[in-house]
Amino acid sequence: MPEKKEFDRDSISNTLIVAVGLSLICSVIVASAALVLKPVQERNEELFRQQIILDVAGLSEPGADIDELFGNIETRMVDLDTGQYTDAVDPGSFDSLVAANDVALGTAIPGDYDIAGIGRRAKVEPVYLVRDGDSVSQIILPVYGKGLWSTMLGYLSVAPDGDTIRGLRFYSHAETPGLGDQVDKEAWREQWDGKSIYGDDGEPQIRVIKGKVPADGPNTEYQVDGLSGATLTANGVTNLVRYWTGPHGFGPYLSNLREGTLNE
Amino acid sequence: MSEARTVLIDPLVDNNPVTLQMLGICSALAVTTSLLPALLMCVALTSVVSLSSAAISLLRHRIPNNIRIIVHMTIIASLVILVDQLLKAYAFETSKQLSVFVGLIITNCIVLGRAEAFAMKNGVVMSFLDGLGNGLGYSLILIVVATLRELFGAGTLLGYPVFELVSDGGWYQPNGLMLLPPSAFFIIGLMIWGIRTWRTKQVEKPEYQIHEVHRTEVY
Repeated sequence: MPEKKEFDRDSISNTLIVAVGLSLICSVIVASAALVLKPVQERNEELFRQQIILDVAGLSEPGADIDELFGNIETRMVDLDTGQYTDAVDPGSFDSLVAANDVALGTAIPGDYDIAGIGRRAKVEPVYLVRDGDSVSQIILPVYGKGLWSTMLGYLSVAPDGDTIRGLRFYSHAETPGLGDQVDKEAWREQWDGKSIYGDDGEPQIRVIKGKVPADGPNTEYQVDGLSGATLTANGVTNLVRYWTGPHGFGPYLSNLREGTLNE
Repeated sequence: MSEARTVLIDPLVDNNPVTLQMLGICSALAVTTSLLPALLMCVALTSVVSLSSAAISLLRHRIPNNIRIIVHMTIIASLVILVDQLLKAYAFETSKQLSVFVGLIITNCIVLGRAEAFAMKNGVVMSFLDGLGNGLGYSLILIVVATLRELFGAGTLLGYPVFELVSDGGWYQPNGLMLLPPSAFFIIGLMIWGIRTWRTKQVEKPEYQIHEVHRTEVY
């Protein structure tokens, strides 16, 4: 390059020009890609979440249209404090995590109750009612809480008796690959079906124990096999399920369901 | 023209980034349990390495020496984010399986290695071809490894059943080891052995030799 002989690329001015210029160009490219692609990605996330709801309800069929299957599921909003349905909030545009951090829509969780480690929660949460003919066959509750590394977000399916678990599945977490991510394994998830949440005292007793649940022993209806090498993730699962089924979570709603005192 | 050919073809076997230079092994172990994610990873890495080589070559007379690695990383990281965003938008399911490994292309030695060794010294077209060739060389190994692992580990290819499994009333008992990372080590090791038997000039000279002590020396 003879015409550039005078040009000193190691000069301070050139270093600054290259550094600043390149950062600007790269950030514009990255930011515009993120902006342009965001709607498509959000649509994917939404479809994936609906897929997980269908999965936890045992309704998903390979190749079927998710929108159509999801049409059979009714979404209602529940006021967590009273445990009754409310029509004050539109479920379509509702985002629990955004609402939790909103001054008006969210509320701080008192320290003693905050076993899931989430700090704040929304005042209302959606529930998904799966109908079998005329009667409701499953109620799917959104649950989330801290695992070892990440906030784990998922759905808990409960039978209409308000006590028996039908399934638990996470759609987003960042637990250790190979250890904590065993929460996604089918064999482990299947065990949740048929477990009871509440003990005789009305408090959530469900827990992920260490090791395997013994074939015959006391309280096995409240116990799920541990995840080997992932005790802290397993404890996180126990805590988040207990929080969301407890008195500060969906406890009042599930209690209304059991007592038959739920509004329509 | 023949130089362009060499730059493109050479990294496939004779100067393969994985089997000769031993680069990019981490992702070669991690994403090859089945073919589909491996293919997606190949597309992602090949596009990142060829575009980053071209971009760095374009700027090579302006990039100051003392911040050149930072400049390389900035360009590579931007391209990786771009690819990651595109995958999340248009190949959502598979990109979930690839999880962190698309992001880790930033630290893949093949990409930075080509930038530093080739793109800083050569023209834009040649650098692009060099990146493409190295990306394809990496892809070739990944595809072979992933095909073997999915076929013998799960009896399927791209998710379609090939061998009928015992659990479905067939004859094939899947080899679970193939789905675990060590099997990729074995397969890549065997491939290196095979390639070096075929192309003997890839065999490296031993760095040192154990000196045999003769009895007369001891006394």
